[in-house]
Amino acid sequence: MTSTAKSSWPRTRHTGAAAVALTAATALLAGCSSGDTSDNPLEEEKAEAGTVVVGSNNFAESTLLADIYGEALRAKGLKVTYKHNIGSRETTYGLMKNGSITVLPEYNGSLLAYLDPEAEQESPEAVNTAVKAELDGKLTLLDPSPAENKDSVSVNAETAKKYKLTASSTLADLKDVAPDMVIGGSPEFQTRRQGLEGLKSVYGLEFKSFKALDAGGPLTQAALTQNEVQAADVFTTDPTIVKEKFVVLGDPENLFGFANVTPLVHKDALPPEGVDALNEVSAELDTETLLDLDAQVQLDKKDPLDVAKAWLKSAGLV
Amino acid sequence: MNIFDFAHAFFGDSANWQGYDGIPQRFLEHLQYSLLALAVAAAIGLPVGLLTGHTGRGGNALAFIANAARALPSFGLLVLVVLLIGFGLLPVMIPLVVLAVPPILVTTYEAVRTVDPSPVDAARGMGMPESRILFQVEVPVALPLILSGLRSAAIQIVSTATIAAYVSLGGLGRYIIDGLYQRDYEKVVGGATLVAFLALVTLVLFWAAGRFTVSPGVRRR
Repeated sequence: MTSTAKSSWPRTRHTGAAAVALTAATALLAGCSSGDTSDNPLEEEKAEAGTVVVGSNNFAESTLLADIYGEALRAKGLKVTYKHNIGSRETTYGLMKNGSITVLPEYNGSLLAYLDPEAEQESPEAVNTAVKAELDGKLTLLDPSPAENKDSVSVNAETAKKYKLTASSTLADLKDVAPDMVIGGSPEFQTRRQGLEGLKSVYGLEFKSFKALDAGGPLTQAALTQNEVQAADVFTTDPTIVKEKFVVLGDPENLFGFANVTPLVHKDALPPEGVDALNEVSAELDTETLLDLDAQVQLDKKDPLDVAKAWLKSAGLV
Repeated sequence: MNIFDFAHAFFGDSANWQGYDGIPQRFLEHLQYSLLALAVAAAIGLPVGLLTGHTGRGGNALAFIANAARALPSFGLLVLVVLLIGFGLLPVMIPLVVLAVPPILVTTYEAVRTVDPSPVDAARGMGMPESRILFQVEVPVALPLILSGLRSAAIQIVSTATIAAYVSLGGLGRYIIDGLYQRDYEKVVGGATLVAFLALVTLVLFWAAGRFTVSPGVRRR
């Protein structure tokens, strides 16, 4: 009796599972093909009116900057909500355009390289003008801050020793050794101009392979320290550069351009007093300050919001 | 663009078929992670399941442990293990094995425990040693259910091995994660399609394995 029940059980479950799978697949396909007008299969919601939504990209400094700008807005009596750690620029730019985010801490030159990969970058001001020309009509850049944090190709101490690379070495010096090296970076580094594309076209570097890590975060730091990758995209304000003795390679062709911290804002959703508040913050922020604040968050593991509030207070901005 | 255009564009691009980031290489990596995890999980789940099923002891404890393991979120476990022991293949294997052991263990235990007692009693009455009772009487009868446990474990591993890409390993999850960051939906759809395809292949393989290994006498009933 038991055996009859047992042998028929797997078969019924089998057919049932197949039916469920088929139904699910049909529903999925139907759902996706109906959205033909947009090239984005993901649904995105609009920000609530009257609320300033401050977003950030998926790395520690972006979160910190978003907190700094957000708290400055809150001090002016605006209603602020945060959307942290969203993803790469490829994602957040789309969310800015459709109004899901009102304010996003950006890096002017990196944003320009995303909007127009071929653009020349001569000075932070020229970069800002060029970005504004390329931006979607609903968006604008505010004043660039003196604080700068750009992408860099950095090698770990072991690799630097092996190939005799020093602080005065540049990307051009990698030409002969790159085919022996694995380079790491965020997944988007693989397809960006300020990434593998540019390293190949500007410096003629072709690495052995690319390992997708994160945007200058713990994965990158660990992979570089443990020599899983020999070179990686490391942000110049990363406190681990000093701690782990990474060597930042020079960029004589200015591939990584200028990367001054600059808020990208949605014009209609941010009132004028908000614009003033953000510009005041940017004016106060410099690279040294940013390095110090980053170290507090990444090395001392302090809460970014606390660090942001403390700095705003000490700078007399709130 | 609908989902078919994305898939068509992804599979039609010859650049996606070669190199360290090509489909054959990523497919192989995915297969390697999956097989390794399944082998380890089977090496843990099968002996324990057979033993407890045969003796009928420890069933409650087993069910408790297995259910607790099922409740562990693989993704959370992965990140936790990476934080504890660093990067590499081991931190990916741990959540996959934890995911796969419960279905193997519980179905094996149930399969052996619920074998019709009369042939087992007959075998014991004829003086068969316990090990032969287990492997020559109980296992052949329990095999369809044991295989179904292995099958669900294998399918869960194949679909979950995508998370390896989150901690910078390869496999088909690479396409899904990279595609999302690069805002390249062709990659996302291509990767997801490949994972689904591999899961279906797994299903077919287990069905075939069942056809060839399950005794016709057991199958017909």
